[in-house]
Amino acid sequence: MRLLVHLILFSSLSFALFTLNASSQSEMLTDTCVTCHGENGNSLGPAIPNLGGMTRNYLLGAMLAFKYGENVQLNAAIESDQDLEDVEAFARNSTIMARIAKGYSDDEIKIIADHFSEQELFVSQQEVNLIKAKSGEKLHEKYCANCHEDRGTSSEGDTGVLAGQWRPYFLWTMADYLDGSREMPKKMKIKLKKMVKVSGIESLDLLANYYASVRP
Amino acid sequence: MRNLRRRHFIKFGSASLIASASAISMPTIVLGAVRKVVVIGGGAGGTIAAKYLKKSDPLIEVTLIESNKTYNTCFMSNEVIGGGRKIESLNHGYDGLKNRGVNVVHDTASAIDIDRNTVLTTSGDRFEYDRLIVSPGISFKMDDIDGYDSVAAEVMPHAWKAGAQTSLLRKQLLAMDDGGLVILAPPANPFRCPPGPYERVCQIAHYLKRYKPRSKILVIDSNDKFSKQALFMQGWEARYKGMIDWIPGTETGGGVTSVDSAKMVVSTDFDDFNPDVANIIPPQQAGDIALLSGLSDSSGWCPVHLGTFESKIHKGIHIIGDASMANGMPKSAYAANSQAKVCAAAVLASLNETEMPEPSYVNTCYSLVAPDYGISIAAVYRLSEDQSEIKSMSGGLTAIDASADTLQREVQYAYSWYDNIVADMFT
Repeated sequence: MRLLVHLILFSSLSFALFTLNASSQSEMLTDTCVTCHGENGNSLGPAIPNLGGMTRNYLLGAMLAFKYGENVQLNAAIESDQDLEDVEAFARNSTIMARIAKGYSDDEIKIIADHFSEQELFVSQQEVNLIKAKSGEKLHEKYCANCHEDRGTSSEGDTGVLAGQWRPYFLWTMADYLDGSREMPKKMKIKLKKMVKVSGIESLDLLANYYASVRP
Repeated sequence: MRNLRRRHFIKFGSASLIASASAISMPTIVLGAVRKVVVIGGGAGGTIAAKYLKKSDPLIEVTLIESNKTYNTCFMSNEVIGGGRKIESLNHGYDGLKNRGVNVVHDTASAIDIDRNTVLTTSGDRFEYDRLIVSPGISFKMDDIDGYDSVAAEVMPHAWKAGAQTSLLRKQLLAMDDGGLVILAPPANPFRCPPGPYERVCQIAHYLKRYKPRSKILVIDSNDKFSKQALFMQGWEARYKGMIDWIPGTETGGGVTSVDSAKMVVSTDFDDFNPDVANIIPPQQAGDIALLSGLSDSSGWCPVHLGTFESKIHKGIHIIGDASMANGMPKSAYAANSQAKVCAAAVLASLNETEMPEPSYVNTCYSLVAPDYGISIAAVYRLSEDQSEIKSMSGGLTAIDASADTLQREVQYAYSWYDNIVADMFT
């Protein structure tokens, strides 16, 4: 009888301890991220993106892209791991993230992605030009809304969440897409090139103001 | 993880397991007493240790003892010297930590009564602790440079603790005539913020180039090489050509050996110089309270177990940040921040008698060569298997052939880094 009590006690305790340990391992890893990316991934600095609201697959794709650098290595890593089968990723340029991402194992990257995918979308406090935002909204509807649903608040289909994002970060990212230093999905490439051709390069600033103005 | 579970199994049946496991939900009831942690020093390490302990377990009573009501970050203070930033922007208060339930005491820790687990302060208060975290930063080895004392520091500022010294150096540069000589003397290794002196050279040159272009900067180094050296030298060449003369330690006989602040003379073993502005940065050691309490060894720094930052000299006391010998990590604000989080996890695990997760450490450090020219170094670390080193797993510097666009972005990342690390400390 005593043994049985012990066994029951043990299994519930060991489960509790295991959970505690898993979560403290997650904290140990992600607490080092928040020094730059802000508490819960809510960045207070305009150059550093917010991480909340993104899906696990999106965050995995980003970190693995930083880590593996080239598409060949990146795809090989994704294909060799069943856990990653839904991840779609392309090589990404960065100033510092490639140097950092290489320090983590793929399993650690999964823990980090799990953690930030559980955080809510964060709207950065920034100045918005509402006239530009209004024009940006039209561009969004025409060129972006098919994939970036619900005014860019949605991460459906593992797209990047655009609503609430810092404008400087958004504009750099778009510049990188346009000059080819960051790769994008085919559909996006067609839409983005068309938008810039029809509405000019300043259309990016209109979009940036729109997404900065969206409240979830 | 497998290993951890086995260890829990071994503990099973003993009172300690039941106590520790129950501690997850109701530690004070089971353990019977409030657990107290005292943190000395409210800088890059201490604020974070206090905040993250309180955040992880609100039932721990956390007291932070810090002399100053507000804190000036050393990081970004070189930009004040260069004129790109006001000193007020470096100033931060402790209300955020108070709101999180940290007991912030503005007093100076004057002694640690190790036998009684008690910290004494200059105003006569006593703070008992179950665990003590000491994050005292640095103090200066004033005897190492003949003639350099607290009086000389008012004439030849070190500006290596941000605040009045920073403003003084800025004021001296403003008062200097065009064509003047600025001497900057970096100390012997190891010291706080390894790239700091060389970023400062950039910031001073940036100011002089615009307002006093015939002036020169002479760097009398104690060392033969320095952090981000190739990147800095490339930046000096690109932006401040002909303005900066760097003399390595072997050519100066190991740097500045004496000063005469009344006559404005700076001397090495080989030469005497008459600068208009002298920024003398003395050699360094752990902050006063660590030295007074016997937490340091003959090097002047504090030996610690690298997985927990617990002192190798006194059990139950942890030392983080610049004062600790965190073999493998630089003495930077980000390193102190990262060490504080590892230390908080270790303290939490020891108080709750749980296993601590495997430590993970990061450092990221930006330097501003010019308002549109930033460079960085970063690393992700793990504890080495024999626990003798915090080992870099990845990282490195800004690429030497980085584009102008990248260098410009690094400046903006530096500013955003500042916004976020300061929020991590004070909100």
